[in-house]
Amino acid sequence: MQWLNAIIQGVLLGGLYALLAAGLSLMFGVMRIVNLAHGALAMLAAYIGLVIVQGTGVSPFLAMVAVVPIMAGVGYLLQWGVFNRALRVGGLAPLLAAFGLAVVLTQLLQLKFTSDSQSLQTGSLSIASIQISDDISIGVLPLITFGVGVVVIAALQVFISKAPLGRAMRAASDDPETVPLMGIDNRQVYALSTAIALGTVGLAGMFLAVRGNFDPNYGQAMLIFAFEAVIIGGLGSLWGTLAGGMVLGVAQALGSQVNPSYGVLVGNLVFLAILAFRPSGLLPKAVTA
Amino acid sequence: MTLLQVSGLDVHYGDFQALYSMDLTVAEGETLAVIGANGAGKSTLLKAIAGLVAPSAGEISFDGTSVTTLAAHKRVPLGIALTPEGRRIFKSLTVEENLLVGAHAKRKGPWNLARVYEAFPLVADRKDRVGTNLSGGEQQAAAIGRALMSNPRLLLLDEVSLGLAPVVIEQIYAALPAITSQGTTVLVVEQDVNQSMKVADRVQCMLEGRTVLEGAPADLTRDQIASAYFGI
Repeated sequence: MQWLNAIIQGVLLGGLYALLAAGLSLMFGVMRIVNLAHGALAMLAAYIGLVIVQGTGVSPFLAMVAVVPIMAGVGYLLQWGVFNRALRVGGLAPLLAAFGLAVVLTQLLQLKFTSDSQSLQTGSLSIASIQISDDISIGVLPLITFGVGVVVIAALQVFISKAPLGRAMRAASDDPETVPLMGIDNRQVYALSTAIALGTVGLAGMFLAVRGNFDPNYGQAMLIFAFEAVIIGGLGSLWGTLAGGMVLGVAQALGSQVNPSYGVLVGNLVFLAILAFRPSGLLPKAVTA
Repeated sequence: MTLLQVSGLDVHYGDFQALYSMDLTVAEGETLAVIGANGAGKSTLLKAIAGLVAPSAGEISFDGTSVTTLAAHKRVPLGIALTPEGRRIFKSLTVEENLLVGAHAKRKGPWNLARVYEAFPLVADRKDRVGTNLSGGEQQAAAIGRALMSNPRLLLLDEVSLGLAPVVIEQIYAALPAITSQGTTVLVVEQDVNQSMKVADRVQCMLEGRTVLEGAPADLTRDQIASAYFGI
């Protein structure tokens, strides 16, 4: 039963990874940008949330209502200001721009907020849980996080397959040179994609922040798990990203069950095994993002 | 009335000059065919009109206003649509989604999904297929349909017949009267001289980036065209 418990906790953790990875997957799918600043941006969201919570005394969940649109706005401006220019240069430029952005952003957060650990308190919710049996109990907060992760992935998927903007995003992913012939400005499609991606980063950053302590470097440390989730699931596939997050989460939870220090190690081993034996991921291009 | 006027257009790709002081005029409602051998600069001309390549000199004016420096995506709402060389159908989108993307500019006019399906039965049969799974002819028909969805005043067709079976070319050209009867002006670029002579009101022959012959198909002899086409 302890093993079953570990699997359940792992699945829930996977929801958080998928939430963090969703924006990564979206930006890669549409623009082929590997956003190395994703984790740093998640921390920016967390600190914006912290400022709001400390300044107004509202709950972190209410603060998300403000953090998500703020981050979407940051994404829109970031795309026009940095990534669209970098894409025009081509080659490694977008990757290097993202890397530089991650460094600058992390340093700025350290300058303003120091490297001390911070936390966002959710009161009794942080320890609330649902007791299933003697061995199995499900934390309410991880359950909410998981639910939000699934809803975000599903909503993105529906948006991309049905909405006119989603269609334009897929077209831009297929053949960016032909998109202008449809009367569509690639750069604007990209800016809106990044706005959506950073909106999800806003949520991910806030859920990372309510889960435990965070500091300016924490997001970049978590970014590796988001990358692993994307790769395990298959590049450019949103459902794959969700599946990848859950595989990684379960692997880590089972590893921790054997020995608390094995969690991350087992997660990485599973990731490497997938790379070795199924390099295109679990759900390769099942749905294009 | 002149719809499109190209004057003194130079286009360079790096050190290579593709167009030399090119002049071209298309009247509203007219069908003009630009013919010429491979590398004559026909596709470059269409790309410059659509805004995909920037000319180094010259003017392009559409309906009396200069569009020379206008971005490609801003020319579509004015009524310029290009069916590019190689069709460039969006591969992961279904045929219907390709058509809907073509309608993105929301220009008003006679064309919609139903009308395109009517003009191209080939496209209607394949509407739920993704772009990857289309034959060349189906891709070409879908690409023309996609351009029509923007309700263009000027439709630019690049190498419609390239790589297609004669019977498929016939099918696609059969839809042209349905397009021109809506008052749409058509500028078609072709290597296939016979096909373009059949559909065009006027023919302009290009050689190495310049116009070498111009006239109505009835006024031109085969010998004139052959010598202009090959530069002999």
